[in-house]
Amino acid sequence: MKRENMVIVRHKQLAKNIYEITLSGHLVEEMNEPGQFVHVKVSSQANPLLRRPLSLCHINKKACECTIIYRKEGIGTTLLAEKRPGETVDVLGPLGNGFPLDAAAKGKRALLVGGGIGIPPLYELAKRLVEKGVAVTNVLGFQTKETVFYEQEFAAFGETYVATADGSYGAKGFVTDVINEREISFDVLYACGPKPMLKALEQAFPHKNVYLSLEERMGCGIGACFACVCRVPGSETAYKKVCSDGPVFKAGEVVL
Amino acid sequence: MNRLAVELPGLSLKNPIMPASGCFGFGREYARFYDLSVLGAIMIKATTLEPRFGNPTPRVAETPSGMLNAIGLQNPGLEKVMKEELPWLAQFDVPIIANIAGSTMEEYVEVAKHISQAPNVCALELNISCPNVKKGGIAFGTVPEIAAELTKLVKEVSEVPVYVKLSPNVTNIVEMAKAIEAAGADGLTMINTLLGMRIDVKTAKPILANQTGGLSGPAIKPIAIRMIYEVSQAVSLPIIGMGGIQSAEDVIEFFYAGASAVAIGTANFIDPFVCPNIIAELPTLLDKLGIGHISECTGRSWKKGERSVYCGA
Repeated sequence: MKRENMVIVRHKQLAKNIYEITLSGHLVEEMNEPGQFVHVKVSSQANPLLRRPLSLCHINKKACECTIIYRKEGIGTTLLAEKRPGETVDVLGPLGNGFPLDAAAKGKRALLVGGGIGIPPLYELAKRLVEKGVAVTNVLGFQTKETVFYEQEFAAFGETYVATADGSYGAKGFVTDVINEREISFDVLYACGPKPMLKALEQAFPHKNVYLSLEERMGCGIGACFACVCRVPGSETAYKKVCSDGPVFKAGEVVL
Repeated sequence: MNRLAVELPGLSLKNPIMPASGCFGFGREYARFYDLSVLGAIMIKATTLEPRFGNPTPRVAETPSGMLNAIGLQNPGLEKVMKEELPWLAQFDVPIIANIAGSTMEEYVEVAKHISQAPNVCALELNISCPNVKKGGIAFGTVPEIAAELTKLVKEVSEVPVYVKLSPNVTNIVEMAKAIEAAGADGLTMINTLLGMRIDVKTAKPILANQTGGLSGPAIKPIAIRMIYEVSQAVSLPIIGMGGIQSAEDVIEFFYAGASAVAIGTANFIDPFVCPNIIAELPTLLDKLGIGHISECTGRSWKKGERSVYCGA
């Protein structure tokens, strides 16, 4: 975990309010696990004050580059979207614990399920799983056609299904509808997306090996401020921190 | 001569910089970034008698140049802090200031009695901004008589000097400080966070699950400076200043207002290295200002006969 002013090498819009930024720096040497995130300060000023937790989408150690996909939404990501190649951003990371690659052995089947801006960390995961000989199926959910991104990129790793909530592209409905209708079988499920989606997956596959990546408002991102805690089942006081114990948890490990 | 060394009741500080309570946990996370022995002291996370889970999330909301938090004093409780956190911190050459909190006076007294016996706890910081459950939830720190009574009770049982952390959510902070001084406090720390709120424009509901939270960060610095300026002239207790410090210049400003040491809170979240960086920058800044020892800065904004000393480029 280090802090570095990383250089923006590429920055482009992928879909409505969805941007892809590629950063270069030594910090990439520290990046190993798919599902980890970095904490980005978009302004050198006090406003906005806090860093933004953004998940790593692609780690390219050879080129010393990493790619992040984010949604322009608040003041922080709006400022980030204005940054040009050649400029730098202050990055702290890599942070958190990523998806366990060991959970899927060579020759097994993994189902990767992403919802909206939760999709990006699954890209590096898919790449790594395919590299080790795991068969990957991807189910990607979006709100509407305008926000769809990375369908082709995921298709390069395995069968890929897209669903939109309004039916404007791909199957109409939620990712769980696609999994049921297509009767997709798998040994391990990895997911990242909005909490209702994660809950639905946890409930749908209670006896399967399921790993979920959570999103939560964060302060420090390193486990010190206790902003992003979640409860542990069956205890009044036990907790896990999303930033430093997660963001990836085994289903059932924390209360969603 | 160590021009940053500061002597305060119970505290021999190699420098006047310490992380503020609640922004540093019990130090474990930051020890992965640097050697905690470089710090002047550490104010550990508020400890209550029993473990507390705290509030539901969202617990933080960003504001212009600041942040709101409503963590809810989540902590592992007195026993675990005594058995695990304080012994772990003993590996570092740094005095610990134990922040204590409670829902009743009895709880404060019980925590103070035990935690002040830990070998590396050199002082207590009394968090009086908690709601008093026996008085309808009114914070101990908003009524001078109650704050004074609590100070007195804790002083009676504490083995180490007691610093009282003043809440800015009062009409007259000077009156509060005087009452606490009369009750026997050894020092003051100020200011705690300011009560604030944010509402989501889309949902029309408060962003924080707790509805309200404490405002911290650079946004509150001018308030902290004003309050320290007023209180330091009205009482003779040493003040550890805090509220939005981000740089060595901010530290000097707090000293000029009347502080004898400072704590850094929210800035740790943005830059984990902020405390060691400021410690490293202070001597150069003192040179630039033509000041020999940092203690000479205390109260310079109001002391009679003190001229501006700025002679740098």
